[in-house]
Amino acid sequence: MQRLVVGAGYGLKDWLAQRITGVVMAVFTLIMFAAALGGAMSSREAWQAFMANGLIRFLSFLFIVSLCYHAWVGVRDIWMDYLNSAALRLFLHVMTLLALVGYAGWAIQIIWRL
Amino acid sequence: MTNATRTVQFKIYRYDPDKDAKPYMQDISVELDSTDRKLLDAMVKLKAKDDSIAFRRSCREGVCGSDAMNINGKNGLACLTAMDSFPEGKPVVLRPLPGLPVIRDLIVDMTQFFKQYHSIKPYLINNDPPPERERLQSPEDREELNGLYECILCACCSTSCPSFWWNPDKFVGPAGLLAAYRFIADTRDQATNERLDNLEDPYRLFRCHTIMNCVDVCPKGLNPTKAIGKIKEMMVRRAI
Repeated sequence: MQRLVVGAGYGLKDWLAQRITGVVMAVFTLIMFAAALGGAMSSREAWQAFMANGLIRFLSFLFIVSLCYHAWVGVRDIWMDYLNSAALRLFLHVMTLLALVGYAGWAIQIIWRL
Repeated sequence: MTNATRTVQFKIYRYDPDKDAKPYMQDISVELDSTDRKLLDAMVKLKAKDDSIAFRRSCREGVCGSDAMNINGKNGLACLTAMDSFPEGKPVVLRPLPGLPVIRDLIVDMTQFFKQYHSIKPYLINNDPPPERERLQSPEDREELNGLYECILCACCSTSCPSFWWNPDKFVGPAGLLAAYRFIADTRDQATNERLDNLEDPYRLFRCHTIMNCVDVCPKGLNPTKAIGKIKEMMVRRAI
């Protein structure tokens, strides 16, 4: 018989990080809405100038990192809820992490190219 | 008061593992008097009509928590559910509490539920020598326990929680976590750190995704989600 083991001694940091990254994404979304209303998306030139702004680069980087961390906790929770095989879970955890790190780099490359 | 009788239709989940290959829903009706005001009154009459129907009941006044079941899709206590709360003309559908193994009909095996409850050490831990009379609290400190100590462990909340359905062996569940906070909040308890350590786990506490089904169904009007939030808040305060 396999002994059931719980008590990994973590969870708080991820829970807190998910909340904080959620706030970061919400604030960034509001800024983007305000920018759109202010005409930052009216033409390609205006959009390029807006995205070249140092503060917006800083914020968009934060947004993408937040999105990936937020997605990591959420997707990991789904694997933890629905998959019982530890081997399969470990495999999918690693795959999720690798995919998210790759996506983060790719997304930043796309946005900073503007 | 008139003693007018009326007929109420029921659909009841039936399963006797010794006889039935699989569960089925039984249609049955019962004549009720005007004095049969609660669902439990009707069920006692049902039992008189068909004594093979099995369900738990004891105090019949919302204190023992024995007659928790799924009533028209929502968990509740039969003894606290008014018959006139049901829509007229539609059968009352009774099923066992979801997510727990069925022993027979409306009786479920609560082992897993109580295992989780015991895992949070639901008793006061205080290593000081006991005083002659009792360990005193200020009225303000005692106030903290209101909304926590009233839980009757009927399991309505935990068995309506999807996180408990998926991980009943690892997630403590709303009832257990409410009890955990009852002792964390108790100024007479000296094991706060150990209790928080015991819950700092991606499964035991953090499977709660604030779905709030527990709050929706609690027959005592308690709020496990709020208690869980307070545990998380204490963990944050401890960590930063």
